[in-house]
Amino acid sequence: MSALLRHRLVWPAAVLAGLLLVNVIFTDGFLSVQIRDGHLYGSLIDILRFGAPLILVALGMTLVIATGGIDLSVGSVVAISGALACLQISGLGDQGSVGGVLAAVAVALALSLALGVWNGLLVSAIGIQPIIATLILMVAGRGLAQLITDGQIITVNSAPYKLIGGGYWLTLPFGIIIVAAVLTLTAFLTRRLALGLLIEAVGGNAEASRLAGIRSRGVLIMVYTFAGLCAGIAGLMISSNVSSADGNNAGLWIELDAILAVVIGGTSLSGGRFSLAGTVLGALIIQTLTTTIYSIGVPPETTLLFKALVVTIVCLLQSQAFRAKVFRRRAAPPAGRPAAEEKKVGVPA
Amino acid sequence: MSVESTAGGRLKAPVRIPQKFVPVLVTAALFVAMFAAGGVRYEGFATGQIVLNVFIDNAFLLVVAVGMTFVILAGGIDLSVGSVVALSTMIAATLLKDGWPSPPVIGLVLLIGTLLGTGMGAIIHYFEIQPFIVTLGGMFLARGLSYTIGTESIPIEQPTFTAFAQTRIDLFADLWISPSVLIAAVVVAVAAYVLHYTRLGRNVYAVGGGEQSALLMGLPLARTKIAVYGISGFCSALGGVLMSFYMLSGYGMHAVGMELDAIAAVVIGGTLLTGGSGYLLGTVLGVLVLGLIQTVISFEGTLSPWWTRIVIGLLLFVFILLQRLITARRR
Repeated sequence: MSALLRHRLVWPAAVLAGLLLVNVIFTDGFLSVQIRDGHLYGSLIDILRFGAPLILVALGMTLVIATGGIDLSVGSVVAISGALACLQISGLGDQGSVGGVLAAVAVALALSLALGVWNGLLVSAIGIQPIIATLILMVAGRGLAQLITDGQIITVNSAPYKLIGGGYWLTLPFGIIIVAAVLTLTAFLTRRLALGLLIEAVGGNAEASRLAGIRSRGVLIMVYTFAGLCAGIAGLMISSNVSSADGNNAGLWIELDAILAVVIGGTSLSGGRFSLAGTVLGALIIQTLTTTIYSIGVPPETTLLFKALVVTIVCLLQSQAFRAKVFRRRAAPPAGRPAAEEKKVGVPA
Repeated sequence: MSVESTAGGRLKAPVRIPQKFVPVLVTAALFVAMFAAGGVRYEGFATGQIVLNVFIDNAFLLVVAVGMTFVILAGGIDLSVGSVVALSTMIAATLLKDGWPSPPVIGLVLLIGTLLGTGMGAIIHYFEIQPFIVTLGGMFLARGLSYTIGTESIPIEQPTFTAFAQTRIDLFADLWISPSVLIAAVVVAVAAYVLHYTRLGRNVYAVGGGEQSALLMGLPLARTKIAVYGISGFCSALGGVLMSFYMLSGYGMHAVGMELDAIAAVVIGGTLLTGGSGYLLGTVLGVLVLGLIQTVISFEGTLSPWWTRIVIGLLLFVFILLQRLITARRR
């Protein structure tokens, strides 16, 4: 029992269960999943479907964070990939042609890969701090996405493209299938092969892992490329779901949600360890939180307040210093003199 | 760094620029070059008023970037500034609409900003959580609070605020500035004094240079770290007040992404993101460069406004590369 309680996925799972419980109480038939027109319908399916892009982006982010880095540019990559795919499809003579859509998807994903490689090179070859290296693309990428769409919202009317984010396959929403595939592949590559170990080694200590014979540069480039690819797929899903590309708003703040999902899932921002299951849980918590806020009738503009609350609580719970100070005997009470300091702070500026 | 060894250096006068000034000088050169190029290319560009207009349109960004400079010099980062600006405009607009006089409104806004910043600083220091995540939480909190106050834009019609918005302070010739520029200038002057001539300022550099060493030297680590976030919170709130002068409205969507502009201005100004090295003057130049980019793009006319972001991204890249070269050489 105590071993179970100490498992690092217990807290995120408990939070998710609590959120679902709130929904069960407030919404009738929340847990019911029906088959209508050969498709699965239900609130739980919706949470998975709308959470799919976030899960994907967060998966990529997990590996980046496991190497001790961070990728702020994923939101921009989401916008760019959606914009490029929609631009190409809107230029097709027949928007329904499968070949044309596949080509557009391939080009968009290739660009996302290239952007990921760019981030990886900045971090590994030039040695720029990851926050800053990816900040460049975060700032410039929005402009790039706007440039692709020419500042307009490109709408497309293409059945094959719609499938990616809004369609169904084998009764399941296609987005969920994509996520499952990527998740399985990632889990296999990192947990069945040595790749996960290498990533954790680089995150633990890049220099030591290099001395131990790991090509840390290659590992770094790979994780940023993977994050770029995941963001690219997520961008396709988001733009396909609404059949349009908005360079300005697509994927806005998704990098922050993704980082949050990873942190909630128990992956430490300092790197060296990661949990894919935790990330999926974290992303589901964020999506369920959004759904909950809508379903229990709290005004949606307070979503951010709840998020702030969740971030703070989760981070405090994970902070060793916090647990030491609060849960154990207060050996050394915080040595601050808050009231006096705060006044002093305001004056100099 | 470079020591002039020869006493008879008058003839040759080897002008060696200390390496620590290089990034600031590069930014200054870039600004002058952009200004000159603009003057050659566009009619009516190379006037003093163009520079002053950059200040007028970016006074709030300048104040926010000053606060960000403190945080980055101390080796941290503050993502909450844009949201705190929005929250400040929202609180100010709401209270003014309820008939509050302006001095207590401004005082309250500044107090809330400072408290928010100090609180985040305390969490960062005492609970050892990364600044990135804590200020991300602060960002959600402040943005969420401003949406909770209201989702619509609230106009400000209070006479003091409109007076601040419309007053023109005439300088010599035909040049003029707004009162906000004056406030921003005072903030810059005070901040430069604090940073370069007081104990707190030296502590900020020391903490940014190496937290462990600063602690071992007996410097007040907790006080310094919490103070920089408090200063950043205060500056963001003041930036919010200046923005409500400029926009004459309070709105939860004001200043979206301003944290990026502020960080970009600080980096372009030559402050090392790892902390411990940089100058406030650099940040001022960084804001000027960002503002001038917008001016050039609006003068060009045919270029779409989103080129601004691409150019800022490119500049960031160039300046970060430059920083890498300088720190690599120093080693």
